Amino acid sequence: MLELALKGTKRYYGWMTFLVVIIGIGFLIYLKQLDFGLGITGMSRDVSWGFYIANFTFLVGVAAGGVMVVLPYYLHDYKAFGRVTILGEFLAIASVVMCLLFIIVDLGQPMRIFNVWIYPTFHSVLFWDTIVLNGYLFLNLIIGWNVLEAERNNVHYQAWLKPLIYLSIPWAVSIHTVTAYLFCGLPGRGFWLTAILAPRFLASAFAAGPSLLILLCLIIRRVTNFDPGREQIQSLAKIVAYAICINVFFFLCEVFVVFYSNIPEHMDHLKYLFVGLHGKTAYVPWMWASFSLMAVGIILTVTPITRKNEGVLAVACTVIFLGTWIDKGLGMIAGGFTPSPLHHVNEYIPTLPEIVIALAVWATGFFILTVLFKIAVGVKEEVQ
Amino acid sequence: MDSSRRRVLQLFGISSLALMTRPVYNALATEKHAQKAKEQMIRGDKALTAKQWAMVIDTRQFESAEDMEPLIEACNKIHNIPHFENQRHEIKWLWEDHYHNVFPGKGARFLSEAVESRPFLVLCNHCENPPCVRACPTQATFKRASDGIVLMDFHRCIGCRFCMAACPFGARSFNWRDPRPFIKETDPKFPTRTKGVVEKCNFCAERLAEGKLPACVEAAEGKLAFGDLYDPDSEVRELIKTNYTIRRKQELGTEPCVYYIV
Repeated sequence: MLELALKGTKRYYGWMTFLVVIIGIGFLIYLKQLDFGLGITGMSRDVSWGFYIANFTFLVGVAAGGVMVVLPYYLHDYKAFGRVTILGEFLAIASVVMCLLFIIVDLGQPMRIFNVWIYPTFHSVLFWDTIVLNGYLFLNLIIGWNVLEAERNNVHYQAWLKPLIYLSIPWAVSIHTVTAYLFCGLPGRGFWLTAILAPRFLASAFAAGPSLLILLCLIIRRVTNFDPGREQIQSLAKIVAYAICINVFFFLCEVFVVFYSNIPEHMDHLKYLFVGLHGKTAYVPWMWASFSLMAVGIILTVTPITRKNEGVLAVACTVIFLGTWIDKGLGMIAGGFTPSPLHHVNEYIPTLPEIVIALAVWATGFFILTVLFKIAVGVKEEVQ
Repeated sequence: MDSSRRRVLQLFGISSLALMTRPVYNALATEKHAQKAKEQMIRGDKALTAKQWAMVIDTRQFESAEDMEPLIEACNKIHNIPHFENQRHEIKWLWEDHYHNVFPGKGARFLSEAVESRPFLVLCNHCENPPCVRACPTQATFKRASDGIVLMDFHRCIGCRFCMAACPFGARSFNWRDPRPFIKETDPKFPTRTKGVVEKCNFCAERLAEGKLPACVEAAEGKLAFGDLYDPDSEVRELIKTNYTIRRKQELGTEPCVYYIV
């Protein structure tokens, strides 16, 4: 099926060239990072994880969000999603690849990465994260590819795929749960030390993932002869509406517990993010923007008139995607490290090289996503 | 060549079988003939030993940062700790900070002036339940069973910095860049580190092995005590018994092994 990705319009090749250029620039800067060390980033002794791990965390969510089309189709026999399940699975593949790349660019000694498997350490959550992420990648590759090929050949997919498909559903939940456990099991990090973290991660995942999928469906409809379908997009929009409401609700639960209990160790991080601490306020406008965007997203997706208008829905999905990205991709990591365990406020600001490397990882993900979607849409156009 | 495809496949099959025989042969051979070398750790005659090393810091005897300088200087020197102007890149094993930073949440509203102005020594607590060891995905940081010191294997560390997120005491530093050009005077007796690995205080494990006390304890001239927490006759136990001591973030259950007399 790969040949379907080789034949394309000028616009397709233009887009791919654009991505390759970004990947190339990012790769050169990554070589610089390999040579100099992670000191070219804005990370420090106090804020020892930054933009890379934040984007990793966000993208684990996007990957897990793919299950929101797989589950209704295979478990509830919601036939309409049959048209878009492959898109969800392929989005998951691209996202997990980005996650793995973000982990690699974040390592101080990337050439030693296989130490994680040479010395498997069961009490380390990071070990389990590598297992669930790689497992999810392979599950989606095997399932997506075989189901699509069966569709192309006009036959039913192989019977042995069924158990794997069922397995992929809880597995999607596991990737984001384990990723939350990376953070919420650490003593002395008051911001993350909350049982709501994994559920909150999942809620924001099920908002961000399907939002991106809706946007991608709208683009596919515009640039190809395949229409993912109005009903499909509307159903996804309802999923987004529920998920973003639950995400904000979970956040408010956290705010209540933190401020009503009045425990400084837990309050200081939220204060730092939303009003600033010790005069340091870099994240304040971002966090308010994030929650304003999510609020707008809630209004637009919950209200039937706006949700049913696909133009408005596209805006809603964009603001939800951006809002959840700022929340998880900026605030979640920096906020957890500030103030530091010794209660110093050293702000983390990503540097330009760091941002370019991150952009290149995103570009790699979108390159893979475009190839996979090109194939999927090519097959759909063939069988139509 | 006739029926070439079949022939090639046969060749492949036979060669892969042949490759498989070697490990089998080796396994059988070692059983009887080869002698396996047993790995063993040899401890020097003079080495100091303990079940769990612990430190007691008599903070009353430190009045100003100058009192701490010789200790920190001694540590920096023998461990090849680099000095960076850029605060983001700094490496600290042993340093000083204010009471309300070292013991956040423990300060009284109108704290005694002496305690408020006094510097407090900070270092790795060599916890009995170290969260950093729990977090490390490669066992590059580990709690040595023989004496409870939390150590680092600089050659195994992948630089994921999970241990730094896990440590509630901010005891760990990461080499954001090559530290070697920033070491004032390299001491060949202790390894320098490479960029991209984590490091921290090791309770001078290399000195204990030679029968010497940690460098900071030696330089402190009695203001620090060092000994076995589980030896009822040790100096640290005596001090803990006869003085009111506090530990950092004791409520987290990590069981820090550095005690402070305030």
